[in-house]
Amino acid sequence: MRVIGVGRTVRGDDGAGPHVARALAAMALDGVVVTECPGEFDALLELWEGASAVIVVDAIRSGAAPGTLVRLDATVTRVPAPAGTSSHGFGLAEAIEFGRTLRRLPPVLVVYGIEAADMRPGAGLSPAVAATLPALVNAVRAEAVSLANPGQPPAARV
Amino acid sequence: MPRAGKSRSVRVEMLARVEGEGGLHVRIRNGEVASVKLDIFEPPRLFEAFLRGRQYSDAPDFTARICGICPVAYQMSAVQAIERAFGIDVPRSVRMLRRLLYCGEWIESHALHVYMLHAPDFLGYESGLAMAKDHPDAVNRGLQLKKIGNAIMTVVGGREIHPINVRAGGFWRMPRREELLPLVDQLEWGREAALQTVHWVAGFDFPDFERDVEFVALRHPDEYAVCEGRVVSSGGIDVDVDEYERVFAEEHVEHSNALHSHVIGRGHYSTGPTARWNLNAERLSPLALDAAREAGLERPCRNPFRSIVVRAVELLWAFDEALRLVAGYEPPVEPWIEPAPRAARGAGASEAPRGILYHRYDFAGDGTIRDARIVPPTAQNLGTMEDDLADFVGRNLSLDDKALTWKCEQAVRNYDPCISCATHFLKLDLRRV
Repeated sequence: MRVIGVGRTVRGDDGAGPHVARALAAMALDGVVVTECPGEFDALLELWEGASAVIVVDAIRSGAAPGTLVRLDATVTRVPAPAGTSSHGFGLAEAIEFGRTLRRLPPVLVVYGIEAADMRPGAGLSPAVAATLPALVNAVRAEAVSLANPGQPPAARV
Repeated sequence: MPRAGKSRSVRVEMLARVEGEGGLHVRIRNGEVASVKLDIFEPPRLFEAFLRGRQYSDAPDFTARICGICPVAYQMSAVQAIERAFGIDVPRSVRMLRRLLYCGEWIESHALHVYMLHAPDFLGYESGLAMAKDHPDAVNRGLQLKKIGNAIMTVVGGREIHPINVRAGGFWRMPRREELLPLVDQLEWGREAALQTVHWVAGFDFPDFERDVEFVALRHPDEYAVCEGRVVSSGGIDVDVDEYERVFAEEHVEHSNALHSHVIGRGHYSTGPTARWNLNAERLSPLALDAAREAGLERPCRNPFRSIVVRAVELLWAFDEALRLVAGYEPPVEPWIEPAPRAARGAGASEAPRGILYHRYDFAGDGTIRDARIVPPTAQNLGTMEDDLADFVGRNLSLDDKALTWKCEQAVRNYDPCISCATHFLKLDLRRV
């Protein structure tokens, strides 16, 4: 299975996805391929091509308190996206909807979002996001391992 | 997903790309268009400022950040300006590889624009996504075409967004022939798919709309100009790129943060695929010319809406050209010639997917940049875009605001502007009095 951390570390909390990806990559989980992607919709369609299961991690803006975590099953739920973005802004939501329309979604596609406080260009995660990041990493790790090892009892998994 | 609160458009950020919010303000008085103002923010001005004091070698990579869709264009115009300033003549193999890299950019840019941004307008869809529901094969074809363009940029440039392999004097590393050959299968598929693209767009309905405008492009004696050439126009201009600023000027227009270009002593002009077609078509490959003929593309083409057909023809040509370049590629012994900086001025111009991209630098003796001027194609087209819109709106006042807004956006997209080439970027402020 694949984990894709979406976002850019040069844009504050938008770096949450890559941060999670790097933490998971360091764990070298069996059967889990970890990548990062700035978020172009066509690149995402390519990255999950042929995968049996994919978890995407991305920073989001939904109006919730910064650091709030959400999880959704993208094969059944639409990821909301702002309308009217430029081609330079086609991102995860568009990738999922194009994937759905073109039948190019993996069988399992889970999106983990973390509510961002500040995504302006600049270094570092905000305190709220940094505080919740470990919990996010854990949640993604657990689900990634489960998806990579279907049918195995929890004790047998790393 | 970096989005601010309730905004429907990509927010312009100070150090970000050319895309931004476009505001279109139309004033209609007594049933006639009184004024049309296209309001754009222009980041290249900031790049000109912060390049001062930096080393010449920073220019290609820094200016590439002006745009994520056409970084190669910035790199090519920058290295040309540097090489002309420092008296460097790169060998033929470097020219060919640069041209191949540029083909990759034209392919990914044109494929994205034709399929995802402009075709939906002609087929009556409000978005590429809506179009994908009914035309999945077409959209998949467009995405695959873009992917091949990106593959060229990765192999030659080292990375598909903001290639890392370009430098003044040549390349950091010249790929071996064996690294390029795997592209051939994809390029052959792409050439066939691009031909289908020409047939597809040729069948669209085009508004009956023609304008008399001066077309400006680069011209090369032997090839369809991409990386270099003299600056020529349908109005008789024919100058070396060094003379660009003697012929073209920019003025600050009050309603916009952008500068509008004009031919000194004349008026607005148009640069881009249609200008290239009008001025250089005979240098296209036979395959591309045949396809253009079959598509009913006339010469000169004066209907801005038919730019989508020209883009499709250029897409086809780019695949044809890429195959020719890969077949003839022989890496040189040295990947680059080391520049010897000197106090000098250097100008460079290349054909970005959207038109002429002009760079000019004044260097100090130690190679630092004292002054820079960067004129992107979209900025050069802004005046003509406004003129088109004024004319077009005037002929379509009977449409309701929603329909009129959409038609205006479609008209703006004729120029594939590197400013929020959006589905709904335009905020149409229409006042009828």
